[in-house]
Amino acid sequence: MQNMSSLYVLCLTFITLCFAACKDNENESIDVTFKVPAGWPAPVYNNPANPITEAGFKLGRKLFYDPQLSRDNTVSCGSCHQQFAAFANLDHKVSHGIDNLLGTRNAPPMFNLAWHPTFMWDGGVNHIEVMPLAPIGNPVEMDEQIDNVIAKLRADNEYRFMFKEAFGTDSINSQKMLLAFAQFMSLMVSANSKYDKVMDGQAIFSSEEASGYSFFKKHCNGCHTEPLMTNFTYRNNGLDNTFADLGRGLITQQPNDMGLFKVPSLRNIALSKPYMHDGRFQTLEACIEHYNSGIKSSATVDSLVASGIAISTQEKTALISFLNTLTDSTFITDKRFIEQ
Amino acid sequence: MNNTLLRLSAFAMLVSCTLISCDKDDDSNSNNTEPGTVNIEFKNRAAGNNLELNTTTYSNAMGQDFKFTKFRYILSNFRLKKSDGTYYNVPESYYLIDEAVSNSEKVNLTNVPAGTYTALEFIIGVDSARNTSGAQTGALDPTTGMFWTWNSGYIFVMMEGLAASSPSGDLTFHIGGYKGANNCIRTSTVNFSSNLNVGKDKSPELEIDVNVLEMFKAPNAIDFTTLSNTMGGPTSVLVADNYIDMFTFNSITD
Repeated sequence: MQNMSSLYVLCLTFITLCFAACKDNENESIDVTFKVPAGWPAPVYNNPANPITEAGFKLGRKLFYDPQLSRDNTVSCGSCHQQFAAFANLDHKVSHGIDNLLGTRNAPPMFNLAWHPTFMWDGGVNHIEVMPLAPIGNPVEMDEQIDNVIAKLRADNEYRFMFKEAFGTDSINSQKMLLAFAQFMSLMVSANSKYDKVMDGQAIFSSEEASGYSFFKKHCNGCHTEPLMTNFTYRNNGLDNTFADLGRGLITQQPNDMGLFKVPSLRNIALSKPYMHDGRFQTLEACIEHYNSGIKSSATVDSLVASGIAISTQEKTALISFLNTLTDSTFITDKRFIEQ
Repeated sequence: MNNTLLRLSAFAMLVSCTLISCDKDDDSNSNNTEPGTVNIEFKNRAAGNNLELNTTTYSNAMGQDFKFTKFRYILSNFRLKKSDGTYYNVPESYYLIDEAVSNSEKVNLTNVPAGTYTALEFIIGVDSARNTSGAQTGALDPTTGMFWTWNSGYIFVMMEGLAASSPSGDLTFHIGGYKGANNCIRTSTVNFSSNLNVGKDKSPELEIDVNVLEMFKAPNAIDFTTLSNTMGGPTSVLVADNYIDMFTFNSITD
């Protein structure tokens, strides 16, 4: 009898502890202060009507990792945007979506999104708040209707609680969902690489990295402009003579935009292979060699690369060393962005 | 003594306040400057009758037969022109009118300043600012299906239908786009044949005809054998240049 009651007490204690642990996790305090890194321009996204709150950020994070946002509840945003790959899709040339369907483009990494004037390789999405609508509705990615997504969220008690925490009301609509997404995405700031520390005077480049940086400033900075390592312009970098994917031209229908794609940031580039809009290059060496010897001519090829960028073996090694200094390991291990 | 003085002044203040407010009310009543409501009905019409989805066969300007299966559009940025030539801009005026949704063709403008109005102006579509401002709600909620997610922006006029002359058999006219040469935003002005009088206890009904076949008619007669599918871009602009004439005055009932 006494044994039984000790067991009972033990069980009860255990259960209570479990609940306490769960509760602790839920209540874990997160720093959601949005900081503009020193020397960076003002962000594009700065919506005073959507200040980042802890509850809004957590809701955005839950949405980001929730497969309910896809038609058959199998694919989440996080399926193709993996934190260890700087939120790109490691080793996938193109996105691998619902029903094992393949997309046509390489899932881009996600960071410093508050500075992006447009989204997607072709810049078709014009605002961070409406960005999630594209993959959710894409028939080979998540293939779900937004009104179905909203219906699923409304039927879910946890979401009703979280929307109330975030927006003061549990009446869920697409606007509030998208605002929560934008809070989560805009806080994904990556600015703590060795390169950043060197610029801040807290570290120094090795001699090889330094010579790679010199080469970068001479030949790459025209498009991969510091400090974001992209100027967000659209360019044809000479991948093809004819275009299987019209890129920016699909959006504008202008002849001058055919075969152009948005310049990707080189931050975290060592983490986010494969490369280019269609994931055709597996290594940084292959990318650099493309600019050295692989440029193909076409009506819209960019003048900065049209005649190639000559690079010696030694310079190539140095450039790769420099590119490796753009890896921000604190960003890819930042607990705030991990699925809960 | 002090107390009495305080009470007196309080009383005096109260009286003056009342008098001032009475004064104001009197003015409003005598000049009828209180705002009123304008009830607008957009009547989708084709070939002299109310538009029918799915059942009735219509002809375009090329003599090609077709049916409508879907017809919806966004109107926004309403302004009423006063008899003195100035305008009253209706705040936050965004409306989705859907042939398949009863009552969506009725737009009630509340709190319209008293006065005499001679015309209604509105945008067919959505101003460029709202096309680029992120997550919206109400008539602009993306759940309505009037938002392009892969090339951000609103579909202003969505017509879908069936036509034997179309290579696919289908008609898909999703007209929208707010940028440069492909801008499909058009401003429509509906001049009233009689004055619209707004004021206290006056809620006039304004009927506007929406002559839906105009979108395929002039100046660009649409040939379904060569154009049966457009979702923005130069071919959508052809249709936008047609739908600018789609809205005409029908009647005002006081």
